[in-house]
Amino acid sequence: MALTKVTTGTIADDSIQSLKNRNLIINGAMQVAQRGTQETGVTTSGYKTCDRWAIGLGNLGTWTVDQSTDAPNGFSNSFKVTCTTADASPAASDLYLLRQRIEAQNLQHLAFGTADAKSMTLSFWVKSNKTGSASWVIRQSDNSDKMISKSYTINSADTWEYKTISIPADTAGVINNDNGTGFQLDWWLNSGSDFTGGSHATTWSTFDNTRRNPSNLGVGGAVNDYFAITGVQLEVGDVATPFEHESYAETLQKCLRYYYKTDNLGVGVGTNSTSINVRTSFNVFMRTSPTASVAGTNWEVSDDYSADVTAATPTIGTTYTVSNSSWRGRLEGFTGLGTGRFYGCKPSSTSLIAFDAEL
Amino acid sequence: MNEINITSAKYGQDLSGNNSCVIAIIDNKSFVVPLEPANRHYAAIMEMVDAGTLAIAEADNGE
Repeated sequence: MALTKVTTGTIADDSIQSLKNRNLIINGAMQVAQRGTQETGVTTSGYKTCDRWAIGLGNLGTWTVDQSTDAPNGFSNSFKVTCTTADASPAASDLYLLRQRIEAQNLQHLAFGTADAKSMTLSFWVKSNKTGSASWVIRQSDNSDKMISKSYTINSADTWEYKTISIPADTAGVINNDNGTGFQLDWWLNSGSDFTGGSHATTWSTFDNTRRNPSNLGVGGAVNDYFAITGVQLEVGDVATPFEHESYAETLQKCLRYYYKTDNLGVGVGTNSTSINVRTSFNVFMRTSPTASVAGTNWEVSDDYSADVTAATPTIGTTYTVSNSSWRGRLEGFTGLGTGRFYGCKPSSTSLIAFDAEL
Repeated sequence: MNEINITSAKYGQDLSGNNSCVIAIIDNKSFVVPLEPANRHYAAIMEMVDAGTLAIAEADNGE
């Protein structure tokens, strides 16, 4: 196919957009869920199940968060939240939303803050038991704290619907060329009056809490309320092109920059019978020096000579040094280590350590 | 809304006895956080410290 100019109606920009890597969203098809496929009893914010996708939750019920297999044709998964304890009357500052943050240096081609700033289009599939208008927001905090907020409508309950939203260019808001947050994208599910009192900011405007959720969908007012999205794509141009499907391996590789769970505990030396100093390298350069945490039980290490040594309830004693490519620290909770003896990790489904460099 | 629910924090040290990380309890689980401003956990810890809502305890002896 000649690539001098793409003229099919499905490619947005006649200045030739890249046919690959159009999507600024990572894991838009919700394929990758290193943290697990379900988390129950969720009452606080954080990254749950699907990689790169967070929930923002402040005093608004209790939830089950799933990498769900309920998805529209052509997709295998969705990011789904289901209410298990309702809040029919949220207080003013209560809120609930789904979120993805995009690294600022991945947004430089938008040329924001210049006369050549590009417009964008968001597309996604959504399904909920709730119908009506809902709010969607981009926050851009570099240099000047700005926002866009738009509404979309869920027309039919319990039905996958495809939505598109147009986002204008911003010739004034420079996005830093760094590894911080460039865009924060929020799908609002419910909130109190602190976020609903204003009107939608349909052009780039000074950030204002009251303009974040003027169209309050009210998910979570009753038990079993749910909301699910998938096929999320944010791209340059004024037309939503078909979702850019990736292999699982491609998407996973992108996700590893932000979160990395591995059975490679590293190689190191026993410092006493219970602790071992180890070092391990990451498979990709992470966004920044990550936070380390235990992500499994029954860690096993071996000196490849005597019996394996297990930590039934392992802990990480400290981080000695860490960069965006490797980590060196102390693992604790073993019994029967030999002081000064070299040990290596014994890969298993439970010997898991996690490194988190999310935005 | 506190995006990261931190309930306690204590310094961890390297082999030379210098502070090298913060061991924080976040959502009732232990996390070992680098002293890196671009790390969201460390940024949240320092935001709470600056606000006077969290103090980072000294490292245990022998850390």
